[in-house]
Amino acid sequence: MFEELSNKFDKVFSFIRGKGKVTEANIDEFLREVRRVLLDADVNYKVVKDFIQDVKNNVLSQNVFTSINPAQLIINTINSQLIKLMGEKRTDIHFSNNIPSVIMVVGLQGSGKTTFAAKLANYLRSKGRSPAMAACDVYRPAAIEQLISLGKQVNIPVYSDDSKDPLKIAQNASDYCRQNFKDTLIVDTAGRLAIDEEMMREVETLKAELNPTEILFVVDAMTGQDAVNTAKEFHNRLDYDGIILTKLDGDTRGGAALSIRAVVTKPIKFVGIGEKLDAIEPFYPDRMAGRIMGHGDLTSLVEKAAEILPQELDEKKLKKLEEKLNKNKFDFNDFLDQLQQIKKMGPLSQILSMIPGADKMLKGREVDEKPMKKVEAVITSMTFKERENPNILNGSRRRRIAAGSGTTIQDVNRVIKQFHEMQRMIKQMKKGKMNNFLKNFNIPNI
Amino acid sequence: MGFFDKLKQGLQKTHDNIFNKVNKLVYAKSEVDDDFLEQLEEILLGSDVGVQTTEILIENLKKRVKTDKYEYSNELNTLLKDELKKVFSEGNGQKTQVFKITKKPHVVMIVGVNGVGKTTSIGKLAHNYKNEGYSVMIAAADTFRAAANEQLETWAQRSGAEIIQLQQGSDPSAVVYNAINSAVANNHDVVIIDTAGRLHTKVNLMEELKKIKRVVQKILPEAPHETLLVIDATTGQNGLNQAKEFSKYIGLTGLILTKLDGTAKGGIVFRISNELKIPVKFIGVGEQINDLQVFDKESFVKALLED
Ligand SMILES: Nc1nc2c(ncn2[C@@H]2O[C@H](COP(=O)(O)OP(=O)(O)OP(=O)(O)O)[C@@H](O)[C@H]2O)c(=O)[nH]1
Ligand SMILES: [Mg+2]
Repeated sequence: MFEELSNKFDKVFSFIRGKGKVTEANIDEFLREVRRVLLDADVNYKVVKDFIQDVKNNVLSQNVFTSINPAQLIINTINSQLIKLMGEKRTDIHFSNNIPSVIMVVGLQGSGKTTFAAKLANYLRSKGRSPAMAACDVYRPAAIEQLISLGKQVNIPVYSDDSKDPLKIAQNASDYCRQNFKDTLIVDTAGRLAIDEEMMREVETLKAELNPTEILFVVDAMTGQDAVNTAKEFHNRLDYDGIILTKLDGDTRGGAALSIRAVVTKPIKFVGIGEKLDAIEPFYPDRMAGRIMGHGDLTSLVEKAAEILPQELDEKKLKKLEEKLNKNKFDFNDFLDQLQQIKKMGPLSQILSMIPGADKMLKGREVDEKPMKKVEAVITSMTFKERENPNILNGSRRRRIAAGSGTTIQDVNRVIKQFHEMQRMIKQMKKGKMNNFLKNFNIPNI
Repeated sequence: MGFFDKLKQGLQKTHDNIFNKVNKLVYAKSEVDDDFLEQLEEILLGSDVGVQTTEILIENLKKRVKTDKYEYSNELNTLLKDELKKVFSEGNGQKTQVFKITKKPHVVMIVGVNGVGKTTSIGKLAHNYKNEGYSVMIAAADTFRAAANEQLETWAQRSGAEIIQLQQGSDPSAVVYNAINSAVANNHDVVIIDTAGRLHTKVNLMEELKKIKRVVQKILPEAPHETLLVIDATTGQNGLNQAKEFSKYIGLTGLILTKLDGTAKGGIVFRISNELKIPVKFIGVGEQINDLQVFDKESFVKALLED
C-alpha cells in the first residue's frame, strides 16, 4: 500500500521536480489519495475528513511550496499527525491498593473479551501479580464454561456460581480473592450492544458497585465505520480507562484504532494477535500508524537511506569498506561508522518497522536503543590502534576501556563479541539475508 | 477549536434524512446537486460500503439521472434505491427457495472468522429448517475453541436438532465424517456443519477447511449444497478479503450477515456482492432463536438510507 502511495505520490509530483514548484492543487490531489488509503483502512469517514484538513493546514504552514523535498515533508507530516492521534506513548494497566484491584472487560458480542481476560490474567501473573477471574457472562450459552476452560489452560482460578446474577458473582469473586490472596480480579462480562438499554444499565451497575481500577473496552480490529459509535456509547456510559484491540493477527489495516482514538481520548493498552493465550502485546502507536498507512515497505527504508547515505558514504568510502571486507579487515572504526549511519536514519524501532516481516519478528518487543549508545561509548574509548587491530585487546586494555567509557568489563566483552557478529552480518548482508541482519540488532529474546 | 472537539461535534450531527433532502430539490432535473451527492457519499461510506463501491454507485446514479431525468422527488428516490438494489440483483431467492432441499441429506457448511456469530446462526438455521418440517443434524466441528461444544449443544437442544460431537481437540474432519455417515444412515434431511472461527490469512487453518470439505465429498460427492460465510455487520473493508479467501479455498454459495440489530449497517456486503457476486442469504437481527431472517434487498436498502 505504501508502495502504491509513493507511486501515486511520484506521479503527482514528478513534474514538480522539473519545475521545482508545488501548488495547492498538487497537494489536494495527493491528499485525495491519502483519503482513499485511510478509508480503505476503515478509518471513520468523518475522522478522515478532519484529518486530511489538519494535515493540509499543517503542511501549508511549513513552507511546503519552497521545500526541497515536498513529498517527504508531506509524508512526514502525515506520519507524525497519525502517531500523535494514536497516542504517542504507551500507557500501562493501573492497580489500586485495595485487594483485589478489579479490572472489568467490556465490549460487543464476539469482540474477544473472554479470550482477552484469560490472556491478561496470564500476562499479569508473568509480571508478578496474582490474578483470578470472575465469569459474569450469565447469558451466552457456555460462556462460563469457556472462561473456566481457559482458566484451566493457564492455571488461573475462575470464580463462578449459578446465581445468574453478574453482580453477585463478581462480589463473591472479590471475597474469594481476599480469602485466597489474589490481588487482581479480572471480570469477564457478557457481550452487549451499546443500544441495549437494559444491558448497558447492568454494566453501569457493575461499575458502580465494584469500583474497578480499570475498565477495558475490547474492540475487534476488523471493525469498520461503526467503531466510533460503539466506542463513544460505551464511553458515555462507563468512561472506560483503556481500549483493547483484538484479532490484529489477520490482514486488517485496523483503521478503527485511529477512529476510536479520535473520538475518545483513551489509550489503547494491548492488542490481541492470536487465539492462543500468550498472543497478547502491549500497544505501540507508531507501529499502528504505519500499519494503517500501509507502511512496512522496504522501499521507504531505501528511500530514507538514500537521503542520508550519498553525502556521508561516498563512493570512495564504500569501495574502501568493500576492500576491507574482502580482506576481512573490517575494524572497529568501520563498526563505529556503521553505527552512526544507522543512528542517522532515525530510531531503531522505526527503521525496523519499515522492513517487511520485521514487525512479526519483533512481535511487540521494544527495540532497546540503550545498548547502541553503550557500544558507541566503548568504541570511542579505544585508541585508534585498538580500533584498527582488535586482536590486541587484552585484559588490561579492556579494563581501561571499561573505566574510560563508564561501562563494565562485561559490557566491553559484549561489544567485542558484537563486533565479530557485525563482521559476519556485513557479509550476510552482502548475500542479501535481511533476516539474519535483523537478528544482529539488540533485540531481546529473538 | 481543537481536532477532537471538531470531531465530536461532527459526530454528534445526525443525518438529515436523505429522502427529506431529495424532497427539497427542484423538480425536473437532469442532474443531482452536489450537496445531495455529498450526503449520499457520506451515508454510503459511513455504512462500510467502501470508497470504490461508493464511487461506482454514485457514478451510476449520475448517469441514470442524465438519461432518465426526474420530475418529482419520489422519482429520484426510486432511481437511487434502484441503483443500490441492482448490486444485489443475483441469486437472492425467496423463502421457499432458500430452504428448498433437492437431495437428502442437504449439507450446509458454515464458515467465518472469529467471533462473527457462526454458532448462534447455526442454532437459528436449525430452528428454521425444523420449522419447515425437516429433521436436522448438527456437526460440531469447532473442536478448537474452549466450550464450543457446550455452546452448540445448548442451541441443538433449543432447536430440537440432533448433534454429533467429539472431544475438544479432536480432528474436525472426523466429526464431520461421523455426522454425514450418521445422517445418511438415519435418513436425516439436513446436516449443518459448525466450524471453528479462523482468520482467512491462516493457511493451515484454511487448508483444514478444505480437508473437511473433501471428507464430506467422499461420502456425498455433490455436497456441501450450501457453504455460507458469516459476516459480522460491524466488519469493515477486511470483509472483502475474508470473502475472497474463503471463496478461494472452499467456494461460497452465500453470506449470512449477523448483528444487524446494532448500529452497524453491514454495507460491506455491497462491496462483496458487487466485486465477488456472492449473494446475501440471511441476516441475523438478535440473539434469540427467531432472530434470523431471509435477506430482502428492499428493506436492507431502505434501512441503509433512512437513518
Ligand atoms: N485470531 C484471533 N482470534 C481471537 C483473538 N481474540 C479472540 N479471538 C477469537 O475470537 C472468538 C471470540 O472470542 P471470545 O473471547 O469468545 O469473544 P467474546 O467477546 O468473549 O464473545 P462473547 O462473550 O460471545 O460476546 C474466539 O474464536 C476467539 O478464539 C485474537 O487476537 N486473534
Ligand atoms: Mg465472552
